[in-house]
Amino acid sequence: MDDPLLIAGESFSSRLIMGTGGAPSLDVLDRALAASGTELTTVAMRRIDPSSAGSVLSLLADRGIRVLPNTAGCFTATEAVRVARLAREALGTSWVKLEVIADERTLLPDPVELLTAADQLVTDGFTVLPYTNDDPVLARRLEQAGCAAVMPLGSPIGSGLGIRNQHNIELIVESAGVPVILDAGIGTASDAAIAMELGCAAVLLATSVTRARSPELMAESMRLAVTAGRLAYHAGRVPRRRYALASSPPAG
Amino acid sequence: MEVIINGEPHRAASPMSLAQAVALLTKAETGVAVALNGDVVRRSVWDSTRLADGDQVEVVTAVQGG
Repeated sequence: MDDPLLIAGESFSSRLIMGTGGAPSLDVLDRALAASGTELTTVAMRRIDPSSAGSVLSLLADRGIRVLPNTAGCFTATEAVRVARLAREALGTSWVKLEVIADERTLLPDPVELLTAADQLVTDGFTVLPYTNDDPVLARRLEQAGCAAVMPLGSPIGSGLGIRNQHNIELIVESAGVPVILDAGIGTASDAAIAMELGCAAVLLATSVTRARSPELMAESMRLAVTAGRLAYHAGRVPRRRYALASSPPAG
Repeated sequence: MEVIINGEPHRAASPMSLAQAVALLTKAETGVAVALNGDVVRRSVWDSTRLADGDQVEVVTAVQGG
């Protein structure tokens, strides 16, 4: 079925957004991205290393994958806004995955700094996709600030703990007028399928693929899981029942 | 004078442009952005931007992440 993902007026046929961190080599990453079918993929901004060979940018360009710079590693709104501006200058895109974390141990978003940065970047003309807590109120405030999507975590970055609070994700989906993208915490394919069944518009993941025993196979499984979950969401699950309901006719 | 380029002190005898500072690290024509003392400077004015003693230059690009 024709069911494109729409973000800020741009259309994507894949609902799987990939990160590029954690892959053992560019070659492994390349094959995983191809298997995932992704059309939008995050990169980080760092000091240039004159000795580094190969570039994730040329890999993405060769695959025709749109680049989504992030502000990973920023602890304050001021830092995040500066990194977003550097990314816009370097990559020629005003899209940014806004990430403002509170501490290294949990990598959880700092809600106060996040909202401050989102406000400034929207005012500055950015298309802002904020990585946020699974907090329906903060998600609403980010949407009101003009963010083009909200990206609640399922669980902490890289933890693979799946979606710890499905109810909150449902609440966010229910009231959001922008796409809800489940970002962070996916451990395996069933987690991605559940995110889509809950009504998320897309899933963003990296670690579960790039650090899998076979990144390429896991990428393919994520592609299928996201598609399956989306179909199930459209199909509508049957209500949960306390007791059995015979599926064969009782009479005859 | 001395300027700091990506955290490393660099002594320059003669006047130095921002473009010359960037060229010490990369010849890339795209995918690179520069901040001078925290403010982003567009590539179109790298040539005409003169560095002063103590200036902090950050040269960044996209890497795997997120």
